[in-house]
Amino acid sequence: MANKFKTRLKVKEKGGKVNVKAIVSHPMLTGLTKDKKGNKIPEHFIHEVIVTANDKVVMTANWGPAVSKDPYISFDYAGQPGDIVKLVWTDNQGNTGEAEKKVK
Amino acid sequence: MKRRTFLKNTFAATASGAALGSGLMSSSVFAEEDSANPFKASSLEDALKAAGITEHEESDKVTVKAPDLAENAAVVPVEVKSSLENTSEIRIFIVNNPTPHAANFTLGEGTNALVKCRFKMGKSSDVIGVVKVGDKFFSAKKAVKVTKGGCGG
Repeated sequence: MANKFKTRLKVKEKGGKVNVKAIVSHPMLTGLTKDKKGNKIPEHFIHEVIVTANDKVVMTANWGPAVSKDPYISFDYAGQPGDIVKLVWTDNQGNTGEAEKKVK
Repeated sequence: MKRRTFLKNTFAATASGAALGSGLMSSSVFAEEDSANPFKASSLEDALKAAGITEHEESDKVTVKAPDLAENAAVVPVEVKSSLENTSEIRIFIVNNPTPHAANFTLGEGTNALVKCRFKMGKSSDVIGVVKVGDKFFSAKKAVKVTKGGCGG
């Protein structure tokens, strides 16, 4: 299942700070939309994203369905080249995905 | 007679309950119920309560960057920045959305208090960024106009 959602991660070091950018291909359905027959489409969204650098958590994000489709996130943390940044996400239907990158 | 006392008692009970409820009782119970998931709260007040924010102060050290007019309400880029030291949490609320609590970012040590993310917006609304510093909350808001909704329909 995890392959259905592509997780892309970019890390870049500049002046002691590592910029982490990530995009996950995910529908992020709110549960409020309806299909053509008028049936509600069940909600399906990423509710937790954990980003670690060298096994230390640098960012935990809890999202609601208001986050847009194919969610994007960007932030900086104090790090160095050589850090291994890992992003793991979980959605409300139990799907997970992850990406790992080494900071150059 | 029995009926009367029964009514009287229930009335008294509900009256005192309501009096307390408007103040503390029911709201705290409600907050407890929802504390697990502020994302489910359907009004800003409930969402704030569920997130454990009893009061927040507007601060010019917190900035919310978002477009004045959203071209595509399904993808509204929002940036929340805090220049306050020891910012541990950033929460984003979109007031007029069906569930105002949009996101919560918990920052680790050494993480800059600046996050960028994209949100869906149902209609024109204020976007509120609330940051947690120690036990206090500071906020900033920005009005975003939406011409066409992005929350389905």
